[in-house]
Amino acid sequence: MATTKPSGYQPKRIGSHVFLLVLCVYFLIPLWWLLVASTKTNSSLFVSNGGALWFSGDFALGQNLSALVTYQGGIYWQWLGNSFLYALVGGGGATIICVLAGYGFAKFRFAGRGIVFSLVLGSVMVPGTALVIPLFMLFSKFSMINTMWSIILPSLLSPVGAYLIRVYCQDAVPDELLDAARVDGASELRTFWSVSLPQLRPAVITVLLLSVVATWNNFFLPSIMLSDSKLWPITVGLQNWLVHSNVGSGAEQVWNLVVCGAFVSIVPLIVAFLLLQRYWQSGLTVGAVR
Amino acid sequence: MSVAAVAPVPTPVRRSGLGKLIRRRERWGWAFVAPFLIVFAVFLIAPLIYAFDMSLYQKGLVGGERFTGLHNYVRVFTDPLFLQGLLRVAFYVLVMVPIQIGLGTIIALVLDVLVTKLSRLSRLLIFLPYAVPAMIGALMWSFIYSPNFGPITQLFNALGLNAPNILAPNHIFAALVNVVTWQWVGYYMIIIYSALRAIDPSLYEAALLDGAGGLRTAVYVKLPLIASALIMCVVFSLIGTLQFYTEPVILGSAAPSAIPPTYTPNMYAASLAFNQGLFNYAATVSFSLGVIVFIGSYLFLFLTRKQNGLR
Repeated sequence: MATTKPSGYQPKRIGSHVFLLVLCVYFLIPLWWLLVASTKTNSSLFVSNGGALWFSGDFALGQNLSALVTYQGGIYWQWLGNSFLYALVGGGGATIICVLAGYGFAKFRFAGRGIVFSLVLGSVMVPGTALVIPLFMLFSKFSMINTMWSIILPSLLSPVGAYLIRVYCQDAVPDELLDAARVDGASELRTFWSVSLPQLRPAVITVLLLSVVATWNNFFLPSIMLSDSKLWPITVGLQNWLVHSNVGSGAEQVWNLVVCGAFVSIVPLIVAFLLLQRYWQSGLTVGAVR
Repeated sequence: MSVAAVAPVPTPVRRSGLGKLIRRRERWGWAFVAPFLIVFAVFLIAPLIYAFDMSLYQKGLVGGERFTGLHNYVRVFTDPLFLQGLLRVAFYVLVMVPIQIGLGTIIALVLDVLVTKLSRLSRLLIFLPYAVPAMIGALMWSFIYSPNFGPITQLFNALGLNAPNILAPNHIFAALVNVVTWQWVGYYMIIIYSALRAIDPSLYEAALLDGAGGLRTAVYVKLPLIASALIMCVVFSLIGTLQFYTEPVILGSAAPSAIPPTYTPNMYAASLAFNQGLFNYAATVSFSLGVIVFIGSYLFLFLTRKQNGLR
């Protein structure tokens, strides 16, 4: 009976806190390493007095940043811009399409709905990467490889997103509410826009988050589709520098730029996640609870 | 989420003259669903059909394609390189899925009972790797593993010990498991944590009052209540692991001897297409992998249909 008393829990709490502390260190170390390493020169990455996890004497962050601006004509920033473009257009577009579809599946009993939705559900289990090479072949048939569309268009597909919206919509938007709007003479589009959409907000944010992150993180598809380095997203661009550093020599070895570039590229998303905590922490519940 | 088990919501029989009006209204459903279905048809169905079609042909020696039926499939399932890759990712599944979901669940259970500053902070920190692209996660770890300038080697040297080369063939499996664990545990932790938060506390307050400890409550009350969320996590982790590509490619550039270009089925398919120009055979490998993953996850959902609560 006494187990619920705080005093009975005290020793366990210490154990739990130590456990969490160890985990925090584990999950932070790579990011800490990246922060420290991005302030080092090419040579102090290899040899520095403080070791790999501490700053070296020569603080070269500014130097590395300005090298990112000039190296290969500043193509790094082009890559970062491309990543933003693909993530916002592809992820945003996917969200709009999923919201419409999820609403349609949840609130209209049109002929064929059952079969079509089963098909969508089944496709959740089709691995995205198994589509990459087929997509490449299809796009090359229409001479569309090596264009930004070859990245953006496939990103518009998110069966999981449509599924999440449908599940959420079924409970969050009561039929009575829709009927009331219709009786008032609102058109279907208007009912959707001003009655349903506000109710769907947490689910919309979740799907937006999932699809923007998925597109931002994408590596396999762009690395296959794009040969023009001006179209690369940051993931493919950095991989190219990494490979050159690994196999090349002399001026081709740009470890400091790989590291500093990686650091700069993860800052926007990490900041966004910290600022939008409230949204994704409540939003992800949608997926879990269903 | 199982396909065959999706029963359409029973349509109530509508009487009266309203029927026609309602049917017309329900047709609006198609309008809402249409953009999705177009994208679905063009970027999912079409490439699958195209890949299947390509897999039925072989490039002739004198140019032009020759219809060879299922011959490419016979070749895939007797191809030692494909089978080794498949076996390897299957082994990764056996190791990585339990680690990711197990650790994610344990952390979520701890965070569920602790309400302190540290628990809030760790929830955030553990989730943070989700915001880091897998390519960059693998890149960071490949530097940390590096025998030349990695902190692990430096630590061993400082202690006067012989540092193991983590990027050598005998350690690469564990090295990749660690990268994926770092990257994904937080994501599953958040989903499971959200599911735990959604449980009505009165359900386990009763158990606590009956004298069940925190651990017993977690195992016998909380976990069964979030079974469907756990099963979804396993499915996502299963599908993700079978598609293993980005992490081995990035680590492979630092450790070419440990990670050959045929390491996983996806890497094999890419290498067939772009290093050897065997597009028909690459399409066969991709299509076969897709079918295997689909059957695997479907089977898992079918076997757990009692627990997953999916219609």
